[in-house]
Amino acid sequence: MSEDITRHRYENGRPKLRRFHQARWDEPILFELSRPGQRAYLVPPVEEEIRAEVGDVLSTLPPAMRRPHPPALPELAQPQVVRHYFRLSQETLGTDLNIDVGQGTCTMKYSPKINEQFARSPKVTELHPLQDESTVQGILEIIYRLEQILKEISGMDRFTFQPRAGSAAIYTMASMIRAYHASRGEGEKRDEMITTIFSHPSDAACARTAGFKVITLYPDEDGYPDIEALRAAISERTAGLMITNPEDTGIFNPRIADFVRLVHQAGGLCAYDQANANGILGITRARDAGFDLCHFNLHKTFSSPHGCGGPGAGALGVTRELEPFLPLPLVAFDGRRYYLDYDRPQSIGKVAPWYGVVPVLVRAYAWVMSLGAAGLREVAEIAVLNNNYLMKKVLEIPGVRAPYARGKRRIEQVRYSWEDLYRETGVHSEEIGLRAADFGVHYWTSHHPWIVPEPCTLEPTESYSKEELEEYAAILAHVAQEARENPEVVKTAPHNSTIHRIDHAPLDDPARWAMTWRAYRRKVGGGG
Amino acid sequence: MAQKTVVYPYIPNSVPQVKAQMLRELGAESMEEFYADIPQELRLQRPLDLPPPLLSEYELRRHVQGLLNRNRTCQEYLNFLGAGCYQHDVPAVCDEVNARGEFLTAYAGEPYDDHGRFQALFEYTSMMGELLEMDVVNVPTYDGYQAAATALSMAARITGREEVLLPRAICPDKLSKIQDYLRPDLTIRLIDYDPRTGQLDREALRRALSPQTAAVYFENPSYLGYIECHGAEISALAHEQGALCVVGVDPITLGVLTPPAGYGADIVCGDIQPLGIHMQYGGGHGGFIATRDEERFVMEYPSRLFGIAPTCVPGEYGFGDVAYERTSFARREEGKEWVGTAAALWGITAGVYLALMGPQGMAEVGEGIMARARYAMMQLGRLPGVRVPLFQAPHFQEFTVNFDATGKTVAEINRALLQRGIFGGKDLSREFPELGQSALYCVTEVHTREDILRLVEALQEVLR
Amino acid sequence: MERKRLGLIVNPVAGLGGRVGLKGSDGEEVQRRARELGAIPLAGQRAAQALEPIPSEAVELLTYPGEMGEEVARARGFQPQVLGSIEPGRTTAADTRRAAQEMRREGVDLLLFAGGDGTARDIYDAVGDTLPVLGIPAGVKIHSAAFGTNPRSSGELALLFLQGRTGLGEAEVMDIDEEALRRGIVSARLYGYLRIPIHPRLAQSLKVPSSPGEGEAMRAIAADVVEGMEEGTLYILGPGTTTRAIAERLGLPKTLIGVDVVRDRRMVALDVNEAQLLSLLEGERARIVVTPIGGQGYILGRGNQQLSPAVLRRVGKENLLVVSTPRKIQSLGGRPLLVDTGDPELDRSLSGYIQVIAGFRERIVYRVSS
Repeated sequence: MSEDITRHRYENGRPKLRRFHQARWDEPILFELSRPGQRAYLVPPVEEEIRAEVGDVLSTLPPAMRRPHPPALPELAQPQVVRHYFRLSQETLGTDLNIDVGQGTCTMKYSPKINEQFARSPKVTELHPLQDESTVQGILEIIYRLEQILKEISGMDRFTFQPRAGSAAIYTMASMIRAYHASRGEGEKRDEMITTIFSHPSDAACARTAGFKVITLYPDEDGYPDIEALRAAISERTAGLMITNPEDTGIFNPRIADFVRLVHQAGGLCAYDQANANGILGITRARDAGFDLCHFNLHKTFSSPHGCGGPGAGALGVTRELEPFLPLPLVAFDGRRYYLDYDRPQSIGKVAPWYGVVPVLVRAYAWVMSLGAAGLREVAEIAVLNNNYLMKKVLEIPGVRAPYARGKRRIEQVRYSWEDLYRETGVHSEEIGLRAADFGVHYWTSHHPWIVPEPCTLEPTESYSKEELEEYAAILAHVAQEARENPEVVKTAPHNSTIHRIDHAPLDDPARWAMTWRAYRRKVGGGG
Repeated sequence: MAQKTVVYPYIPNSVPQVKAQMLRELGAESMEEFYADIPQELRLQRPLDLPPPLLSEYELRRHVQGLLNRNRTCQEYLNFLGAGCYQHDVPAVCDEVNARGEFLTAYAGEPYDDHGRFQALFEYTSMMGELLEMDVVNVPTYDGYQAAATALSMAARITGREEVLLPRAICPDKLSKIQDYLRPDLTIRLIDYDPRTGQLDREALRRALSPQTAAVYFENPSYLGYIECHGAEISALAHEQGALCVVGVDPITLGVLTPPAGYGADIVCGDIQPLGIHMQYGGGHGGFIATRDEERFVMEYPSRLFGIAPTCVPGEYGFGDVAYERTSFARREEGKEWVGTAAALWGITAGVYLALMGPQGMAEVGEGIMARARYAMMQLGRLPGVRVPLFQAPHFQEFTVNFDATGKTVAEINRALLQRGIFGGKDLSREFPELGQSALYCVTEVHTREDILRLVEALQEVLR
Repeated sequence: MERKRLGLIVNPVAGLGGRVGLKGSDGEEVQRRARELGAIPLAGQRAAQALEPIPSEAVELLTYPGEMGEEVARARGFQPQVLGSIEPGRTTAADTRRAAQEMRREGVDLLLFAGGDGTARDIYDAVGDTLPVLGIPAGVKIHSAAFGTNPRSSGELALLFLQGRTGLGEAEVMDIDEEALRRGIVSARLYGYLRIPIHPRLAQSLKVPSSPGEGEAMRAIAADVVEGMEEGTLYILGPGTTTRAIAERLGLPKTLIGVDVVRDRRMVALDVNEAQLLSLLEGERARIVVTPIGGQGYILGRGNQQLSPAVLRRVGKENLLVVSTPRKIQSLGGRPLLVDTGDPELDRSLSGYIQVIAGFRERIVYRVSS
């Protein structure tokens, strides 16, 4: 008599949690697999005729410049390299695998596979950035078209893609603000940049790197940026405002236009960190709130995959007034052909080599082209709907709250607090996250500093189904229940992951920390 | 007019019944409620004016591939361009690994659920450590320009000084980036090169060094392709004045060239693009910074540093950020730049490359590149009116070719080469006018003897 | 591997008065009345909560007999080393002090004490800042900052410190006039500073490197203030470790719990009172530098009453500089900074928003309330 396996997945009509276990290969460090003499890849040989003419080319080097021994890299055969790295990839929980709503602020949406085919096409990969422009009209056109699209989405007049990710774009905005004021003879005077504590930490850090004094506003009691605090921060020394909106709490600042106006009145510029744009595409635009500069993370909002931490791309848009200061070159079109415009005397120069992280630009372009205006609108709306749906489910769990903006909806993410559960059970937010990993999902607390106690920041995006959101909430509910009934299980998690609890103490101790295998061998010693 | 509702493949809940059900459960009439905090004056009152969507994959493919097909690649043309982006052979396994969905789509998970990512990056830094003979290597930053700018900022923070000395023979684009980045706090002075050998003018360096100097920076190979052979002397001069020696190096040279640590470098930086990463029209860069394992250096890295640590199970490794409590070291108060998404997948790729190459492969590729480049120099040198290289020094893969005596400009020559299916070397005449009509040619292991002779033949024709 | 040594002192009378409506528990008379009213000592309970997160095999526990720690320790599964002797039911501050000194002699790595402001003062009197300590809150409203936020987190913090995963910072010990308190008047003096483990993150943050330690943050603030110092202007430095960092940067001494005056990088007067300040201020330009004192965020009125309304009016509120590390601001949990000069009109004029100097070229705009 056969049993219906699907029944096992349900109890009282509700889905049970999956019996997840992460791949665990107990895989040694690559160096431990090394065996003398192995080769994984053979380089093309130099032809005899060349050798005959050139002789011993290494003898052209002075002895001190000749490496006495080849570097102590591991020696492996090709299948071993493949096996090793594929095992490591199995031990990595990419968005492709999990309900990745737990990495709040990162916008972990689906990266369409068709776009990979474009990004990996030899028509992208085998282009040298200095090739004659006539040979790269295709890629230049894609970059140009992407610019037009972002201009429309943001309302801005000109874009550069040269910054190589979000924070690089934020830094570039700070550098342009600096250049703008210097061009008006106010560079010395205007040395203060204002930001908020819930904006992305890079807004403060990049402004500081660009030489500004940074003034951080704390929120009002309801978690909104405090306009009275802004008034106290503005002066004739104000260079500008760098602000993320909606902030990482998922709350849109309804007075954002007032903020911009106040700063403009004082002679400052306003830069819009749009890392959190996913819920407002097609709903509201940077330009309409009065911003002078804005940026997008093409590896978040525009679907390019995160790559374990890059490559990404930062798209930076500005008003006509700030256009002259953009990094050079810009991609331009003269009616007949696309070209790189270097004729920009007021440009701040370069913030990175070349023109942008091209494969990411190609993916972003393809993504928008596959959706169109109605599709982008749907992206935003479903991202918001998913977020509020998940919030409803999560708030049904006793012990968790969504601080601020009581009773109101959120945009694309929510910062929760497990403070109540902690007081009741002694279980911390981070421990909840580690136990959640036992069910095959990520979880994130908050940027530092933690203003919200025992924080948890979830951002569903539009990429997950209703059932997947329910699964995620069910995981949190289960872990919260365990915190009450069996806290040890939570406090010693993870149990079903690739490894067990890490002892962090060596990482803080200069005598024991090791950032490379050679340092580890030297300090601690190892087998193999 | 009834609009056909689209169900989007990337948006599961765009199925109208599902969307409606979710709204109902939330007690909302429509999505409008969710945007209540956004004032009406800020609401876009019309749909975005974007090109019509290509909803099917096939339409999208035809459109995008159609645009891309207008490009002519370095597989179709014979390419001799370098200048910071290099055409090397990319082993197939490199692309296989960075196409793995898990690596491609992971981000910032914990060292438990993302253990593989941490290990892959630790192995990358470890292999770079062997290549560079240094114990601390960062998780990649954006690119080599950023690595240089950050390395110089680190040197300034470590020494507490405000001036850095750079070689005049530096890529102008890189200099521009460094100038923008260091503008708030530091001054840059350029040190000239010897016109005959290209080597950094050590007399000029000696004169320029002062108690204000935070760092002396030079590159190996130089932007103009020659190898700087006096690194030991340069670093000694710097150290005498209490300054740090910062060296920018092309990692693919290090199978055969002495790593900068071997001639006194304190901070080493560069770009990992040559290590198994396609050119991608300049979209494939990652920056590395390496130092000795000393607290005063480690504390100044703005990048993440991954360290290895034991777990509670004996014999099991884990990884984590090296987070260090500040000690009572006197140090400048300025913040340590920032941390953000940079180039981790390229770091993993470079690690795969180094694992595939091994010690022998790195030695062979380096020697093979030098041999081919030397061959090319010798062949080109036989062309009438062509002087190559301009500098009497060993070269690695790039070299200067001067066409003054031919009466033709590099621009003209390159246009003619283009017609013959060849990308000629970078025109240096505007960046370095003192070098006249010179171009920077790059020859790597992808160039066969046939390729080189084809270039020579084409130039022969063009210069007639 | 050698186990770390943890000292535990429970003040059995701490918090005795609170539950039954008496303010404070000093004095035998108050204690007797409290017990009559059925008060049960809180401190033992709180100490037990604090020990919960500490595995008994992880540390060597040293404590005092019976109700001063031994009971609680054994109940939590520890095999403590018991020092000294007491008269059960009649313990006093002298026992607390003796216990602390003995534990210091025994070389404990950290001393946990369960009690309130009074207990903190006793610990300070006994050992000062010569060894790391941490308070388990068990008193009535506690004004000193030398305590964990709650008993359990005190235990967690203690464990982290013993594991070498966090460093030390300084925390104020306040001297509250308990008599005045019972009459509804809060009168607080800054008593001293204890060294306590500072709150780190509990696990590795993977998106940003670790934030600077308090010492570095204070040095950054000091650099900013010193860079901005104007020639010929008197700088009145209030009590606190952050203001002390300013003095250190100038190479000058600082009265930790008092008010000092400097000008042009030279000491003008140490540990001044209101009268001395007013006399110094005659016809001079001056600025006052204060930092929040105690866990409640008072920038005026607790521990720096020398900065009287008269002094403040003479200097002018536009010349009031507030310095604080970001961590201290964050520990306010969104509550405003407070002023209580004794002059309600002055308090009102000081309320609103100020720019706190929080680092080198770093400001935080924060609310001040009265």
